[in-house]
Amino acid sequence: MATPRVIVLTGFGINCDYETEDAFNSAGAMATRVHVNELINNPSLLAGYQVLALPGGFSFGDDLGSGKILANKLKYRLGDALLEFLRADKLVMGICNGFQVLVQLGLLPGGVEGGLRQSATVTFNDSGKFEDRWVSLEVSPESPCVFTRGLERVELPVRHGEGKFFSAEGDRLQRLADDHLVTLRYTNPDHTRPARYPFNPNGSLDDIAGVCDPSGRVFGLMPHPEAFTSRCHHPRWTREGIEEPGQGLVFFQNAVRYYC
Amino acid sequence: MVHRIEVGFADGIADARAQSVARSMAEDLGLTVERVRTVEVYTTNVELSPEQLERLGAELFADPVIQLYSVDSPLHEQGDFDWLIEVGFRPGVTDNVGHSAAQGMQDMLGVHPADGEGFFTGRQYLFDGRLSRRDVERIVSGLLANDLIERSRIISRDQWNSGERVMAQAPLVPGGAPPPVAEYDLEIDDDKLLRISEDGVLSLTLEEMKAVQAHYRGEQVRKRRAEFGLGPNPTDVELECIAQTWSEHCKHKIFSAAIDYTDHNGHTERIDSVFKSFIRRSTMEIGERVDWLISVFHDNAGLVAFDDEWALAMKVETHNSPSALDPYGGAMTGIVGVNRDILGTGIGCRMIFNTDVFCFARPDYDKPLEGKLLHPKRIFKGVHRGVRDGGNQSGIPTVNGAIVFDDRYRGKPLVFCGTGGLIPREVCGRPSHEKPIAHGDRIVMVGGRIGKDGIHGATFSSLELDESSPASAVQIGDPITQKKMADCLIEARDSGLIRTLTDNGAGGLSSSVGEMAELAGGAELHLERAPLKYPGLAPWEILLSEAQERMSVVVTPGDIDAFMALCARHEVEATDLGQFTGSGLLHVLYDGRTVAALDLKFLHDGLPRLELKARWTPPTLAGPSLPAEDAGCGEALLKLMGRFNVCSKEAIVRQYDHEVQAATMIKPFCGSRADGPSDAAVVRPVPDSKRGVVVGCGIVPRYSDLDAYSMAACAIDEAVRNVVATGGRPDRIAGLDNFCWPDPVESIKTPDGRYKLAQLVRACQAVYDCCTAWGVPCISGKDSMKNDYGSGETKISIPPTLLFTAVGLIDDISRAVTTDFKRPGDLVYVVGETLPELGCSEYFSLLGAVGGQVPVVDIERSKLAFEKMHEAIAATLVASCHDLSDGGLGVALAESALGGELGARVEISSVPGAENFGRDDLLLFSESQGRFLVSIRPENRGEFERVLGGKLAWGCIGEVCDNGRLEIESANMVGGAAVSLEVEELRSAWSRPLDW
Repeated sequence: MATPRVIVLTGFGINCDYETEDAFNSAGAMATRVHVNELINNPSLLAGYQVLALPGGFSFGDDLGSGKILANKLKYRLGDALLEFLRADKLVMGICNGFQVLVQLGLLPGGVEGGLRQSATVTFNDSGKFEDRWVSLEVSPESPCVFTRGLERVELPVRHGEGKFFSAEGDRLQRLADDHLVTLRYTNPDHTRPARYPFNPNGSLDDIAGVCDPSGRVFGLMPHPEAFTSRCHHPRWTREGIEEPGQGLVFFQNAVRYYC
Repeated sequence: MVHRIEVGFADGIADARAQSVARSMAEDLGLTVERVRTVEVYTTNVELSPEQLERLGAELFADPVIQLYSVDSPLHEQGDFDWLIEVGFRPGVTDNVGHSAAQGMQDMLGVHPADGEGFFTGRQYLFDGRLSRRDVERIVSGLLANDLIERSRIISRDQWNSGERVMAQAPLVPGGAPPPVAEYDLEIDDDKLLRISEDGVLSLTLEEMKAVQAHYRGEQVRKRRAEFGLGPNPTDVELECIAQTWSEHCKHKIFSAAIDYTDHNGHTERIDSVFKSFIRRSTMEIGERVDWLISVFHDNAGLVAFDDEWALAMKVETHNSPSALDPYGGAMTGIVGVNRDILGTGIGCRMIFNTDVFCFARPDYDKPLEGKLLHPKRIFKGVHRGVRDGGNQSGIPTVNGAIVFDDRYRGKPLVFCGTGGLIPREVCGRPSHEKPIAHGDRIVMVGGRIGKDGIHGATFSSLELDESSPASAVQIGDPITQKKMADCLIEARDSGLIRTLTDNGAGGLSSSVGEMAELAGGAELHLERAPLKYPGLAPWEILLSEAQERMSVVVTPGDIDAFMALCARHEVEATDLGQFTGSGLLHVLYDGRTVAALDLKFLHDGLPRLELKARWTPPTLAGPSLPAEDAGCGEALLKLMGRFNVCSKEAIVRQYDHEVQAATMIKPFCGSRADGPSDAAVVRPVPDSKRGVVVGCGIVPRYSDLDAYSMAACAIDEAVRNVVATGGRPDRIAGLDNFCWPDPVESIKTPDGRYKLAQLVRACQAVYDCCTAWGVPCISGKDSMKNDYGSGETKISIPPTLLFTAVGLIDDISRAVTTDFKRPGDLVYVVGETLPELGCSEYFSLLGAVGGQVPVVDIERSKLAFEKMHEAIAATLVASCHDLSDGGLGVALAESALGGELGARVEISSVPGAENFGRDDLLLFSESQGRFLVSIRPENRGEFERVLGGKLAWGCIGEVCDNGRLEIESANMVGGAAVSLEVEELRSAWSRPLDW
């Protein structure tokens, strides 16, 4: 198969839909912004697409907890269609608010086997503040994640007030790490860990910045890869030799490559 | 039956909100406790079964991983706290979370709330620790609740143990039938006329009331009214509509007034409107020379060409009075309000960036506050949260701004919110900036519902604040409702379904439909069709309500079905309220009966013109006594770096999303640790184009203590320089002038009105002089003219303030330049001449007096500097560039050094103009305009100096070093050091004061 088709969800306060669409298109996909209601009214639309992207934003204003109401909507209005989509060897990517939605839905880290039951959460930053800053990330080399293949380290912006990945049960986290489902971790600028604030910007346990499901086809992350597709996105491009294109594009290229 | 669901964090889970309350209690009130916890409270009057309520608690309201919930019983029934405080909204106040909760319930349970049913949110704070009831009341009034919009309840441990609880209660607005339409008999004496205006918060003067009286005496008018079944007296709907249309806020009466201006030589001239004579005239003269102005002054925002395909819109608004009363809601309304101005420009622009500029009293202000004024720090925090949430949730990056401190802003804080937008120059084959309306076109109100929110906002903002300022003047924004509406309207635009549109801001439907009716030649509006938040609104309230998130859209009858269907798909409420006509009237009906038949010509042109007097007497203020010179300037520089006007605003600005939409190429911070201040932002709005928008601003209100002309000229110089320093083209800069003034109309309350008006005249003269000479047309502006606080004998007037925003273009964003030093060995230059101009400077303020020579803009020299610097930057000869402003060269050197994490060694005797100074401190901290601090690679020296040429003053003053020190060699003491400091010491002094 050649060019994969991507649904980029929009509506209800999602606000990174345009740049996420652009990133997929720059990577060689054919992306379309589709309103949540359009999908709910016509779930069979999903059949024509290979990738579902849940972009960043403030769906429903983060009321009741970030991602909560959109997750609730997708679960009750689209749940079966979503599971069917996943069983068909397709990809799902959630960025920032989209990641929060996937976790609230139970699709992360549980995947299709998780039965849409929430097992972890993404909650308020330890700082108590929304912050926009660039972070250094390391990619787990053993992760089955489709989107991070070939990446070792990457710098990306985070822009959130609720990005702390949390699970009350320590052994659950350990299992995630053991299964290499923790795809991305925050590091200090010198690549060491554990990352201190603000390099771990939210107090995420185990410096978790992104996770995937056991199949590697469902992936979510707090940082914004769609906001680093050009060298001039980088905060130090006026003083360092940053190369084109921005490293964030690799996430989207990997999604395209999965189908080539 | 009313139910309550309470949700709190499980034991051992961090409660970030509670921690931030504990922090604020300690920092702002000096109170510490052992523990703070929060509990979210959801109250609902929807008929739900116990099982349904349990499901809501378990699956919707509580996060199962970290939270616990209870239904219809307190979560902390055992009373394990010393104090419980519950805060909830007053009836009718916008409750965004409540709306979202209802949405979630519908998705989960399939239950649709009936009219009057819904969810209402509140929050409990549980305190463990020794606090007196007085302490707790201080926490509530100082931190947790704003009495204007929220109610609170305090329960002590003893009270709890004796059975006191918060009962489940839905805060509903008492409904009932709307009050009937009233009439005003205007055949009364002058005192009574004026009382009608005052009692009704109409803000109409006696002269204006008499103009209304005269109009209603007209025979033709009476005859026409009789045709609609109206008597000779104006209805309340009509009088309210006239007052709104004629408000200072909407009509800019002072900017339009005829002014007799007497200068300091006693020479008097008559100025026929400062707006027409200075601002509009400048833009029109520039418009003769350039081809990139598309639409100026007559739409919601100005439009200029971005390239052949796209047009750029920009607007800056103020939202001062509401922010003084409810800092959070007021400021949020400010930002989402100006967003709608952009959405309502042309046939609808997409919002691409925001700017925020605030003026507050110092956050550590420690004198007793007048009347009911809120503490400046509380206003600061509330305003900051408001614009942060409003901008972030709307998905619009906040890319530029400023925060200015002066204790006179405690009477009225200034909150400037700006938005830029982008629109294709042609949409569906027609020019997107034209707003044609045909008779028969439908008037569709889109977005939120109408409540009593913000009634009299337009007239109220034209009054000074006092103890009786109305609570209804406050609105709370709902960014998500607005985001949904914006997404929907842009899709409608691109589908060709919108003829034109405008926003419902100040004055609500009265303003939006009234203004479009003037374009169309008449309108017919049916108020009973308007969707209401709760019943019981009088027709005039429906017409004037400033309930947010609404646009008035003009749709041709043939497109109305498609438009409505599109709105339904986006879950955006849209209501056909009537149509445009050729009747010459704003014809308003309620239940089929005419409640207003206002002649549009009278409504828009009947306002009597103000005639005012202005007299300029230059003030004489003493200068400071200067410290002994041999002390060096290091200590002073450290102190300057830590002054509120100079210090880092990073902790504040980081909380704004400044790169959503992935187009912000120069961000608010730059440098190796991304903490150096950027002069301007660069946004690349069209992904496949190299072209960018450069946004900067200038604001120096303190200079108006000596001369408002210089205050304005320096603001413009700084704004333009910020854009040029970042790489913007000086020949493609558009300006936005936002004036905030104390009342400049002489009266008993304002005996110094003539002086304040003279300050306004001079500021406007400066706008004309600078903008015309530099080819910077003002494309949009705003004036807010009553920024005073009065209570009894006390009157606090803000310093006259011009915010100038400059929006420029850069042809290739990859040639943008930042302020941070780049490499050791780079050469450091000062471009532009330094003069002994320290009147009102930060340095003199530090020394405790402000008199002296205020900086004077040399218009021709600045112009040359802009052009030469741009030529050098465009030729990639420049490594870093920073404007010199507050704190002069000393501060600029420190900022460029700390941004680059590099040192510098400079000799200030090489600064052009050094010979004018006998002291290092004055040379180092002078705030002369038109100057840049530049660093270049040594190999570019010849070419760079050739570009600067011989006409412009410039000097190479030293080089960038890798030793981490700022070494400034004295110009006046042989072998002496003016400054010798670790850059990290400077960083720490600079970053500490506002690191909240």
